[in-house]
Amino acid sequence: MKFQFQDVGQMLNMGGHGFYVWSAVIVTLMIIIGLIIRPLIQHRVVLSQIGQDLAREKLRKRVDGENN
Amino acid sequence: MNWTWFYRLGSPLWFYQMTTRWLPWLSLLAFVLLTTGLVWGLGFAPQDAKQGNSFRIIYLHVPASFLALAGYFLMATAGAIGLIWKMKLSYMIMKSAAPIGAALTFLALFTGAVWGKPTWGSYWVWDARITSMLILLFLYFGVLALQYAFHNEESGNKASAVLALVGTVNIPIIYKSVDWWYTLHQPSTIKLTSAPSMHPDMFHPLLVMILGFYCFYVVALCLFTRVEILRRERKTAWVGELAARSSNAVEGAKQ
Repeated sequence: MKFQFQDVGQMLNMGGHGFYVWSAVIVTLMIIIGLIIRPLIQHRVVLSQIGQDLAREKLRKRVDGENN
Repeated sequence: MNWTWFYRLGSPLWFYQMTTRWLPWLSLLAFVLLTTGLVWGLGFAPQDAKQGNSFRIIYLHVPASFLALAGYFLMATAGAIGLIWKMKLSYMIMKSAAPIGAALTFLALFTGAVWGKPTWGSYWVWDARITSMLILLFLYFGVLALQYAFHNEESGNKASAVLALVGTVNIPIIYKSVDWWYTLHQPSTIKLTSAPSMHPDMFHPLLVMILGFYCFYVVALCLFTRVEILRRERKTAWVGELAARSSNAVEGAKQ
């Protein structure tokens, strides 16, 4: 097994097909990274929303308790 | 027969704990496989005699198409299990599979288009395989849209599951399209029943990429499903504890 290209420039050029090959690579990487990052962000957002709701509910219960 | 394992499989808490433990390892495996396969395929696999270097797109196109199809099958199966056994987790997995499948189908179409231009001279052809893949994309969109079309979550689940099941008709059509209508898309390179029509030096990196894509798919599906579990189980005690613990951690970091 040997490296198929003389240098980086040749690898980028891909014998004239560089645009097609590399755009496929870039879009693939963007989709893979996006499909990992998005749920990770959502996970934090949802968890903090639930935490805030719970804290608010706790506060309301305490205030209600004092008023009664 | 003891069926407890089956019910435990349907427990969102069990799924959440299990994936917390296994996801880091599976992500590492996916990363290693994808990096190896990509470097191998783009730099070290020999050139194709007819297509030159544009054939290297195969290392992205074939795995993406595989997972687009396998993902649909998984989504429909999860929908069926949800309909039959009313399993909550099953619907959550079905809903999570839709955006991932749509993204991978789009990727299969995109990589196919940029491969078609240097090979066939056109980005888009109304070939049987390509058209049936476009229908697959619309089916994924349909399942996604139906989830949000109902105020009642239960109705959304059922409607999506039925659409997903009806749409499976398209799967064998996609598989067989290259044999039934011999138009432009080449027949499959890899078959279960015979040796691949590809030199081993080209085939091995492809195999690594397919395995890598499978691992990545499982990771993405678990991540999406975990978010869905938190959303739908927000009233349960364990999610409440989890949220309280994570907000305490944030408070601690601020002080």
